[in-house]
Amino acid sequence: MLCDDCGQREAVVHITQIGPEGRTEKNLCEECASGYGDFMLGSQAQQRKNVSVNDFLRGLFSQPQVRREEEGLPSGTELACPNCGMTYQDFRETGKVGCSVCYRTFRSQLEPLLRRIHGSSAHSGKIPRRSGGELNLKHEISLLREKLQQSVEQEEYEQAAQYRDKIRALEKELAAKEGGGQDD
Amino acid sequence: MTKAEILKSSHFPWLETEGTDTDVVLASRIRLARNLKDVPFPGRADFSQLAAVREQVEGVMPAIAQAMDQDFEGIQLEELSPLELSVLVDKRLISPALAKNPQHREAIISADTRAVLMVNEDDHLRIQCQAAGFELDKPMAAALRIDDIIESQLDIAFDETMGYLTALPTNLGTGLRAIVYLHLPGLVFTKNIQSIAGIAPQLGLAVRSLFSDGKEASGCLYEISNQLTLGFSEKEILDNLKNAVAEIVAHERKARKALALYMKDQLEDKVWRSYGALRYARLLNEKETLELLSWVRLGLDLRLLGEVDRDSFGDVLIASRTSCIQYLADSENLSKNETDRLRAEQVRNVLAAHSQQKG
Ligand SMILES: [Zn+2]
Ligand SMILES: [Zn+2]
Repeated sequence: MLCDDCGQREAVVHITQIGPEGRTEKNLCEECASGYGDFMLGSQAQQRKNVSVNDFLRGLFSQPQVRREEEGLPSGTELACPNCGMTYQDFRETGKVGCSVCYRTFRSQLEPLLRRIHGSSAHSGKIPRRSGGELNLKHEISLLREKLQQSVEQEEYEQAAQYRDKIRALEKELAAKEGGGQDD
Repeated sequence: MTKAEILKSSHFPWLETEGTDTDVVLASRIRLARNLKDVPFPGRADFSQLAAVREQVEGVMPAIAQAMDQDFEGIQLEELSPLELSVLVDKRLISPALAKNPQHREAIISADTRAVLMVNEDDHLRIQCQAAGFELDKPMAAALRIDDIIESQLDIAFDETMGYLTALPTNLGTGLRAIVYLHLPGLVFTKNIQSIAGIAPQLGLAVRSLFSDGKEASGCLYEISNQLTLGFSEKEILDNLKNAVAEIVAHERKARKALALYMKDQLEDKVWRSYGALRYARLLNEKETLELLSWVRLGLDLRLLGEVDRDSFGDVLIASRTSCIQYLADSENLSKNETDRLRAEQVRNVLAAHSQQKG
């Protein structure tokens, strides 16, 4: 059977998608299937042929559900992202998050999933200069604090005073940013 | 390269054979996923939002071109035919996901084709940089340089704990996918490839075949990439991948040595027969070409064969893709027989050109 998307390569993956037009089923080659989510590029796809993306996603999503009552939502209304309108149900169906705000909107629902994928890790890589501005400041302040401490220990008080002034200036800057309603 | 040249060419610098460990490693690639703050990701954005994202990225391009000291060619995907889209996918310049919905999608490709910015794929921006051989540091540096310029001008979606926010939760954190493309005939024929693919997940890595018909991989070509993106720095992710690749390269060389020692005559025969077939066959299908090509490359790397230069491999690899054959013939409606005939002709031409260069 040839792949439904490219019509060139042999289909190895069967997926079911639930979209606005209802349910669509597709048979895809590995290449095209990779477009449906990075999930299945891994060993799962290698080891089990005919793996279904949906099965795999369902596996990821089948954590104990956060109960509606606990979320304080009246039953029947679903929480939607104020920025892009995505509901958590949409996410479960597509495996794709709607926008950067969704990560805040659905933080409690997403957390168990993220823990499954990434463990309880926190980001430790690159920080963007503009959007990560506060974080950059915080890093810089903590670095300066270390230097300040070292200077004090080595009784280099002039040096220490300079660090102290720098830290104060940066803290002021940080407070202005955080107070200015710019928090992420 | 211009758009026309990119579509037509089968020679790309990141498949050349000058470089580190090119007897086993074909190429290395870095991909960074980035999104604009507050703008819905492409999967949920409407056309006006997609168009606005494209415009914003285009606005940063002059600064990027200057920093990279290269011209960039912006290819609007909605202007391409389906065949032209598959040519770009088969040349691995864009992902199938980008080609899927071409409306308001763009591939911005550097003159040397080493850097590609994919606009409105799963994420607003995917920065992709590649180099020949086992070389992750240079494409990483290039991708970060582009990223620095982007984020000095645009607000990027970022969270202190989750890092760069991406459409797929599996890319959160660094948004980094580092991929190394490997030719592993030794491990395939000594039947060690499965154990490598089996160990990879424990190392946070994924191994998959580059070309597979579902039952088996063709051409002994594999890619290995990091699976974990959050909780590690870019350097840690690269180091982990580098260690694993170095390990695989060593195993592959050992396996080749064993083959050359215990199966010398069979190996030489296989290499020369494969070369003969590629050089003179009148009909070649895609899968067969990959398999023959793999033997020829192995023969070249083991110096059992010296008739053509090693760069011929990359050229044949690209030129023999069915989409590229159809594109050159200017027809999507070739019969299988016609395609295979044109493929054989094309492969003969490429090999002839590479053996003449040798003098
Ligand atoms: Zn396909
Ligand atoms: Zn949202």
